[in-house]
Amino acid sequence: MRSKPFRLLQYAFALCVAVFTLAPFAWLVISSVSYQKDLTTTPLKWIPDNLTFERYRDIFTNPDNEMAYAFKMAMINSFTVASTVTVIALIVGGLAAYAISRYRFRFREKLVYLFLFTYMIPSVVIVIPLYLLFSEMQMLDSKMTLVLLDLTFVIPFVIWVMQSYFDSISKEFDEAAAVDGCSRLQTLWYVVFPIVRPGIIATGILAFLLAWDEFFFSLLFTSSLEAKTISVAIAEFSGKNAVDYGMIATGGVLASIPPLLIAIVFQRYLVRGMVAGGIKE
Amino acid sequence: MKRKLSDAQFAWLIIAPSVVIVFGIVLYPLFETFLYSLKDLDLSAGSLGDYVWLHNYLEILSDGDFWASAGRTAYFAAVSISLELILGTLIALLLNEEIKGKTFLRSIIIIPWAVPTIVNGAMWKWIYHSEYGALNALLTQLHLIDHYHSWLNSPWMAMNMVIIADVWKMTPLVTIFLLASLQLVNKSVYEAAMVDGAGMIRRFFTLTLPYLKPTLLVIIVMRTMETFKVFDIIYAITQGGPANGTMVLTYQAYLKAFSNLQYSQGATISYLIGMMIALLTYGYVKMLKRGEAA
Repeated sequence: MRSKPFRLLQYAFALCVAVFTLAPFAWLVISSVSYQKDLTTTPLKWIPDNLTFERYRDIFTNPDNEMAYAFKMAMINSFTVASTVTVIALIVGGLAAYAISRYRFRFREKLVYLFLFTYMIPSVVIVIPLYLLFSEMQMLDSKMTLVLLDLTFVIPFVIWVMQSYFDSISKEFDEAAAVDGCSRLQTLWYVVFPIVRPGIIATGILAFLLAWDEFFFSLLFTSSLEAKTISVAIAEFSGKNAVDYGMIATGGVLASIPPLLIAIVFQRYLVRGMVAGGIKE
Repeated sequence: MKRKLSDAQFAWLIIAPSVVIVFGIVLYPLFETFLYSLKDLDLSAGSLGDYVWLHNYLEILSDGDFWASAGRTAYFAAVSISLELILGTLIALLLNEEIKGKTFLRSIIIIPWAVPTIVNGAMWKWIYHSEYGALNALLTQLHLIDHYHSWLNSPWMAMNMVIIADVWKMTPLVTIFLLASLQLVNKSVYEAAMVDGAGMIRRFFTLTLPYLKPTLLVIIVMRTMETFKVFDIIYAITQGGPANGTMVLTYQAYLKAFSNLQYSQGATISYLIGMMIALLTYGYVKMLKRGEAA
């Protein structure tokens, strides 16, 4: 048993942690539903007298409000890009991880390190030639280009994490399936895939979050609502001088909802995936 | 069933798409950037790329601005990582105890980490606002300050404010990693130590800390690589200002290349960033290996 003063200290610390964790984001949520005049009074009122959901309504339904419309289109772009990246990276990277985990072939080790190396390269080291190349090919400001660029770090990430999941299941399943006459792809699909499904979900979630949070490539390679992501839209409006902070807050809350939902609903999977990816021998 | 492909052929076949996409897009520009760093490609001066070999490197390495940015980057990395490790360890230890509300705390702790980096930046920028910001309001109402401050107006203060924003977002990651290791701890060793009369602080330093060391090192490596290329949160809060107070290396490379169109200078700084990260990682990994051998 712990002593009483120590217990007290623990609870005080727990309270601080809870407050510091929640307060900043809570303030963002409050700002998004407060009237502008309540946000700009001194002394600041923490709980507004009246709530307004107009900004949310504007984002979803009002094409005439420039900022709201930009946020809506950018959210749709982010969704399209992040889901496409996730699906492609899981299939392509998952297959590669399976091969690396199951088969022995020349340069296997070197290949693993080469993928890890690409994952660690700072984006800034490769963007200048890519920018010149894509602008020559007239591929700037396109969602497809952004998907390709995101894949360069999401695929290595998927390979790195999935490999540890494949390593953790016994090869005997594969061998038994082969004896029963399954082809390699059938074995993968009917035997291995169902077993590693939790791993695939965890990896997929982390891949989606990586793509959703990506900023540097989007900033440089997109310019219009055709392909701009929500992070770029928020950064752009929050960088202006006369800013509607309530609207920024609303965009911010909406942009946080997908990752927050994922993080809270899939917490168990997520933690396992993160630890598998980070701590590997 | 007849198998036409050998195992190795089949393996390469299903690895091929990854190799084509990843190396196809990364290796060419990686090499090309290196060539740029050896040329004088500078659209602002109208020069289109004659080889100048190491001239860019010598010029940048003798440039005070570069070293100032490197110093700020190192400060950002060192302070954020230390704070995240200390807070993360304390919170992980707390969540590993039997306290009421543990489940609740564990489920909210992940929230900051899930908030996208740019949203996090915009949120803190709003909190730090000099006229309407929540921080000014809070500190004034608690009578801790007597007038509103412009938190982002002085170079050094701005850097620290950005660090707070980064620590808020990244501490949960450290906590989650450490908590995962703590839950695998063999409890009986602790009970034995308690029977032997080892106090709490002593138990922490002789049992817990050595046990957590590998995980801590992994976190330090990961976070060093991330903080040395920090860009997004700086872009969202201060854009390198005020008076270059938050001008970190990646931001400097970005400005040189995409705002001044000095491609070669940008490329050179990028390569220097890459080399620093590689050196640091190499150093840590060596430390890690030595730790394991001991």
